[in-house]
Amino acid sequence: MPQILVEELSKTYRIAERDPGAMGAVKGLFHRRWRTVEALSGVSFQMDQGELVGLIGPNGAGKSTTIKILSGILEPTSGRCEVDGLTPWRERIRHVARIGVVFGQRTQLWWDLPVIEGFDLLRDIYRVPPDRYAATRDELVALMRLEKLLNQPVRQLSLGQRMRCEIAAALLHEPQLIFLDEPTIGLDAPSKLAVREFVGRLNRERGVTVILTTHDMHDIEALAERVIVIGGGRILADGSFAALRAGVLAERRLFVDFAGNAPEIDLPEVRVVARDGRQTELAFDPRRITAPDLIARIVAAHPVDDIHVEEPLIEEVIARFYDLHGAGES
Amino acid sequence: MTLDAALRPYLSVFSGRFQLMLQYRAAAVAGFITQCWFGVIRILIFAAFYAGGAAHAPMSLANAVTYTWLGQAFLAFLPWNPDPDVADMVRSGAVAYERLRPVDTYAWWYARALGWSLARVAPRAVLMVAFASVLLPLIGLGKWGLPPPPSLDAGGLFALSAVGMVLLSAAITLMLNTVVVATMTDKGAGPLAAALVNTLSGMVLPLAFFPDWLRPWLRAQPIAGLVDIPFSIYFGGLAGWSAAGAIALQFGWVVILALVGRVWLGRSMRRLQVQGG
Amino acid sequence: MNGLSLYGRYIAASIRGQMAYPAGLAIQTVASFMITVVEFIGVWALFHRFGQIAGWRLGEVALFYGLASVIFAIADAVTRGFDVFGSVFVKTGGFDRLLLRPRSPALQLAGYELRLTRIGRFSQGAIVFAIGAAMTHFVFTPFAAGVLLFAIAGGVALFAGLFILQATLAFWTVESLEAVNILTYGGEAAAEYPLNVYARWFRDFLIWGVPIGCVTYLPMLAAMGRADPLGAPSWLTPLAPLAGFAFLGASLFIWGFGVRRYASAGG
Repeated sequence: MPQILVEELSKTYRIAERDPGAMGAVKGLFHRRWRTVEALSGVSFQMDQGELVGLIGPNGAGKSTTIKILSGILEPTSGRCEVDGLTPWRERIRHVARIGVVFGQRTQLWWDLPVIEGFDLLRDIYRVPPDRYAATRDELVALMRLEKLLNQPVRQLSLGQRMRCEIAAALLHEPQLIFLDEPTIGLDAPSKLAVREFVGRLNRERGVTVILTTHDMHDIEALAERVIVIGGGRILADGSFAALRAGVLAERRLFVDFAGNAPEIDLPEVRVVARDGRQTELAFDPRRITAPDLIARIVAAHPVDDIHVEEPLIEEVIARFYDLHGAGES
Repeated sequence: MTLDAALRPYLSVFSGRFQLMLQYRAAAVAGFITQCWFGVIRILIFAAFYAGGAAHAPMSLANAVTYTWLGQAFLAFLPWNPDPDVADMVRSGAVAYERLRPVDTYAWWYARALGWSLARVAPRAVLMVAFASVLLPLIGLGKWGLPPPPSLDAGGLFALSAVGMVLLSAAITLMLNTVVVATMTDKGAGPLAAALVNTLSGMVLPLAFFPDWLRPWLRAQPIAGLVDIPFSIYFGGLAGWSAAGAIALQFGWVVILALVGRVWLGRSMRRLQVQGG
Repeated sequence: MNGLSLYGRYIAASIRGQMAYPAGLAIQTVASFMITVVEFIGVWALFHRFGQIAGWRLGEVALFYGLASVIFAIADAVTRGFDVFGSVFVKTGGFDRLLLRPRSPALQLAGYELRLTRIGRFSQGAIVFAIGAAMTHFVFTPFAAGVLLFAIAGGVALFAGLFILQATLAFWTVESLEAVNILTYGGEAAAEYPLNVYARWFRDFLIWGVPIGCVTYLPMLAAMGRADPLGAPSWLTPLAPLAGFAFLGASLFIWGFGVRRYASAGG
């Protein structure tokens, strides 16, 4: 029995349109034009308890819409959606009591309240038994290193600090499903690593289902075995990232530091991407020639100081994927 | 779920809000000073009117002065604006996220409004009473001050009516919140609501001063319960059974406004759920 | 682009922005109008009951009331930036952005928003004035018209100066001090009635302390061709609005001081 069941989910918006400028403003007072936008169209997928899924797609593709529907604050135009047997927007209070949500750009804590008071208020909102709350809270504070932040009002925290508090806040009531919407946006490198590490452990050790929306592909690489790509309101891919990559950009890269000046490489299975002084970057299709084979051939023919293999940049893969599916930013 | 557990979120947000607002001491003092000024203007104007001949006055100058000071003390209960947090949410497009909390949105906002209004009134009321009931008599201006209620009955009935005032204020604030949500602008009906509330409650002018043929209507409408009813009970203008009847009317309006507000908010939130907020 | 045309551009942008929400704007303008209608009903009711106050009848009081309303409406409409200065600019650090632009911050704040909704209050003030003029058979001589316009200009300057002062306090207390509302909203409320109805100490404060009486009461007397029941000389009464301009000058000076201190303290 899957934890999340989404079937043919669709969402259409009507947006008022107005001509620009002053005349447009005046006309807008008397006559409104409407434009329909299909934010989601026939989206279907399932998730089991304990999965960690990355939800990616260009801006405006429908990721936020999907998250909002799954969390219960938005009603779809048609389709079916069940989380733990509940329909999110219909059984709202019961549903939201069981999930945790982190939105990267906004906080659910209260600006003027010290963090710890915000936590206590959440304890009461979610009706967490006090002893369980104390244990969970202490554990989260230790894990996210929040001790020094607890007595500061949220508005005084830096973005990284706020995000750590935000994640802790979302977990105080021990939900078994959490939504992370752009959790690492704007964070510095150490904070990003901390968040990734924490989320990964949460999923592995506690079996918490995680749905992660992000533009940062390194988040995906670090955490998500399964990736759902949404573009133009439709699902473009649903599977492992490796499969996605293989389908889009099969080639890998070989970086060679030659002992002397980089020689000409003229092999049929290989494309020279760049050559500069002693360094050469080669692209090759591992289905036609394996990495060990290629390395052996180059090293046999020329003296080499260093050599390493890389996958193409994830961003390249994704950008290519969007391109292929005509799913660029809408 | 036990009653205690069911109420936990609401009690918590009430006390949280209350404590938070109490921190704004500077604002309370500033508000107190402002209100003293407005009280003085009103009283001077009353005095000038009465000096020209009080034959047709519906209450004594002393009672008018009492009413004015009470009005200033409890001014912060007047529901002029929607809850600023709600206005903020609408402005930033985040109202829908309020639905991520596992609470009944109306009750949640109601508890918050109660905390907000009580915390704003408490310090100002204390200061105003200290000023008008204690300080003014001390410097020999007792005639222009705020006397205590004339009898224990009046005091008790006033306390009851004051509870009605608080509950009514929160119910109207929730209506204002709903207007903001329903129109999706953070401006809502603000200024108009404030004007109607000011006048119909009796804050601008005690309802008794309005032409006699208007009085039954003015006394019956819901907003009279915010100012005119409790204060008239205080100085004995409404006493005994008519006071009791007025209190019943106050509470009756609270129930009606709460029910209507709840349904309306539910509808507006539902529409947001569909539209996307 | 010189300051005035830049101001014009700001205002035009503000107006366009407000027109994007036609329903809200319409409601607010009507509401603004209704507010002051509704408040004037209280005044009317008192006259209905008492007949006169300190020798003035309703029509005459309506003139004072209308003038004060009009002045306040204009000043309020053009100083929105200062009104929200504390909460929008100082608390959030938005003032830094203003300082980063090669323009006077006062000008930018002045252009922050031209509150169209204040048209409601303005028109109500104008209508009440018109009613008062009709009731008292007011004679619009060129002198009277000139004095009134001068009074309005000086009054707007005075109230703008008060709003600017209020905003300047935000440099020190972050939230604009609500206490200054005594002088702005409170001043307008006091000016709605001719000053001689009040006790002496009150009047003196409103003429010599914060010269609200100089931009409302005194010039109105001059326009009505009346002598001051309290004895101010009749050459003084039409010139009194100068005090408003002087006040604005002083306010801008203090404002400049506040800006320099903010910039040097790092905000």
